[in-house]
Amino acid sequence: MDACAKQREYSAKDYKSDVKPIWCPGCGDFSVLAAITRALASMQLAPENVAVVSGIGCSSRIPAYTSVYGFHGVHGRALPVATGLKIARPDLTVLVTGGDGDGFSIGGNHFLHACRRNVDLTYIVMDNQVYGMTKGQASPTTAPDWEGSKLTPDGAGINPFHPLVVALAAGANFIARCSSSDPNNVADIITQAIRHPGFSLVQVLSPCVTFRPEQQEWKHMVRTAVVDATDDAARAARRLMTDDGFNVGKVLYKGSRPAYQPEPKGGVAVAELEADFAL
Amino acid sequence: MSGQTVSFVMAGSGGAGVVTAGSLLLEAAARAGWYAYMTRSSGPQIRGGEAAVMIRLGTAPISSHDDCFHLLVAVDWQNVGRFAAEIPLDADSLIIGDPGEGEAPEVFVRSGAKVVDLPMKALAKGVPGGRPNMVAFGAIAAMIGLPEDIVIGVLQDSLKRKGAEAIAASIAAFRAGVEAAVEFPAVPRLPVGNSDTSERWSITGNEATGMGALRGGVRFVAAYPITPATEVLEWLAPALPKVGGVLVQAEDELASINQIIGGSYGGVPSLTATSGPGLALMTESLGLAVAAEVPIVVVDVMRVGPSTGIATKSEQSDLNIAVYGLHGDAPHLVLAPTSVADCLFTTQWAVHLAESLQTAAIVLTDQAMGQARAVIPRSAAIAFIGQREKPAALAEGAQYKRYANTASGVSPMAIPGMAGLTYTADGLEHNETGTPSSQASDHQAQLDKRLRKLTGYNYGDHWAEISGDEDADTAIVTWGSSAGPAREALERLRAAGQAVKLVAVRLISPVQPEKFERVMKGVRRALVVEQSHSGQFHRYLRAQYDLPREVHALHHPGPLAVRPGAIVDQILQWS
Repeated sequence: MDACAKQREYSAKDYKSDVKPIWCPGCGDFSVLAAITRALASMQLAPENVAVVSGIGCSSRIPAYTSVYGFHGVHGRALPVATGLKIARPDLTVLVTGGDGDGFSIGGNHFLHACRRNVDLTYIVMDNQVYGMTKGQASPTTAPDWEGSKLTPDGAGINPFHPLVVALAAGANFIARCSSSDPNNVADIITQAIRHPGFSLVQVLSPCVTFRPEQQEWKHMVRTAVVDATDDAARAARRLMTDDGFNVGKVLYKGSRPAYQPEPKGGVAVAELEADFAL
Repeated sequence: MSGQTVSFVMAGSGGAGVVTAGSLLLEAAARAGWYAYMTRSSGPQIRGGEAAVMIRLGTAPISSHDDCFHLLVAVDWQNVGRFAAEIPLDADSLIIGDPGEGEAPEVFVRSGAKVVDLPMKALAKGVPGGRPNMVAFGAIAAMIGLPEDIVIGVLQDSLKRKGAEAIAASIAAFRAGVEAAVEFPAVPRLPVGNSDTSERWSITGNEATGMGALRGGVRFVAAYPITPATEVLEWLAPALPKVGGVLVQAEDELASINQIIGGSYGGVPSLTATSGPGLALMTESLGLAVAAEVPIVVVDVMRVGPSTGIATKSEQSDLNIAVYGLHGDAPHLVLAPTSVADCLFTTQWAVHLAESLQTAAIVLTDQAMGQARAVIPRSAAIAFIGQREKPAALAEGAQYKRYANTASGVSPMAIPGMAGLTYTADGLEHNETGTPSSQASDHQAQLDKRLRKLTGYNYGDHWAEISGDEDADTAIVTWGSSAGPAREALERLRAAGQAVKLVAVRLISPVQPEKFERVMKGVRRALVVEQSHSGQFHRYLRAQYDLPREVHALHHPGPLAVRPGAIVDQILQWS
């Protein structure tokens, strides 16, 4: 963005649309939305140079609630849409928003490869360990003994997916965890994530008060992690494997692998390629 | 086929070099002023196995194989019998085999073809560094009248990197083949020194598809490799960066199509290429492109299906999924090139249409057309370049309506970076501003608009390739690579005094009933020709168009191509 061209200052509400969210009262996603707009304001990014891409789910509705460029696609495919957009338009700031089901179940393969590929995207996952939009089924991060779903009345019975450890193994270079109960911190982490060149993963614990009312307790359970970002993947893995998932508020791992951004050479007219075929 | 042609096959086990020799032969024939058409067939092996190149040369452009081959040259007989059905021979044909490599398989001998010995291996041994495939090359060149100096020029050019020794060995082995063929029975020789001096290209269908994409303005490609579409991508991978574009190898087909949706949403015309299994995976997101009105082009180089089918062989059986595969009411474009050369035109046109109409376009080519190499007249530049309608700046305080319900159905599309025009593209049903809406009236209005922009557009005369006699009462209606043999059948029928017209449909969807009615005026009977087991195209025509009372369908599954003679026979039997 050309900062000099901008006369006025943007405030958080300049990034917010007037579309009313469909979320339930008390949903953690409200404060994540507020944090995103605050982060964009703190960076003074021109709204037209920002795009928010999502798949399907409660948190994937965020693009409609912002007044930047948005793309609300199909379930699980937000990361590929964002990847194509960023590679085709490296001048844009591209955020991806979604939930645990969209990102780690149906979109699991894209998650792995987005970590690997390291395109400069900021992926904000609002993790509530449940499928809220389809009215309460187990997600990949749900504990095996949760019996709140009619679909799995005896509990899912399988171990939860650990997104941060998987991301680390797949090559992600920026891994953070925060809690929707502290929107200022979420805004700060998102700002750092946007500034980080390459793929950054921000897991936000964002309770579903409707289908997991017990998650309202999360705001009392979270604690600020007592560690600083490390660039040692083994150490980060050890920390993440052994913590209880409630250490929040920090960037937990930050590597320095260069972002993937193919540079077209250009300069050749299409007609010149005809020489390939001419006899 | 006007003019003279000669048809031959080179076959052998993988590594015997038949594809190399075939390509060299094609190049030499092109330099001799001839036109050519070469298809390949191979077994399922990744490397090795058996391979055959089927080549037809002629003094005018060719887009189909003949009914029968004049000549089958087998460097060895390792599993070559598996190609028997693909290599029709008759009593006038000639089989050349190496006596040291065993007898010609009974399945070929049964045709009554004359069998001639050529000790390719032994002759090659007499030349240091010589190879049997070059001996075969020499024999074929001598028999069809390909001048030696032209062949030597081709060998010198194409083996430059391998050094003088390799060139000398190849020339010597080639000459051994020429000398050995002196006493062989005659096959048709083509006249040399053709007066046709127009510029010609040697190009495959898949390359032509790639070139069409670039000419149309595509600058972003994301794709996952799949036979037989991979060559489209392999041609584009180095070409795109040169013209300022990018190709990404995605993790799967779902990622491929969504990446191009992202690229195109960003304002860059985008394309992916795949085959049937990949298209099946992409259908959900094709619907997204339709609903969100993001232009994309998906090339499907069809192969034998269903499921994994036969990856290396051709069929025209993805028509149903291309037209009907999307859920909901999702009007989109389906186009099909009618020849190797037309792969360029149709792909370029598809990019133009997708961009103009802000929707998904599927281009259906197939293995036979995509992997065929042809010598064609140079493709003329056409004016179709992707042009997206962009919105004008808004008055202060006005809200941008991305999905405005316009008379044409096309709504001006903002591109990220344009100030004051931010919006959210949505696969959810939405109102004119793009806000998700579950209201019946919004759904109805958006459905109407998305249909209207396709049906109200003027596609001009490109919807079909039409040839033959204008007032004929008999028509051949076909599509895709079946248009090649149909074109030749038409010429043979007309040469025999029959009035026939050919309608090869290029714009499969949306349908053009008025145009079809006009071209079919006076037609009493029609033969529908295609390569699918269930007659997908025939059923589609029946559902969408008024057909003459008498309609016959000539349809069979892949991989055996429709032969021109089969079409001629059907029409003649009818008379």
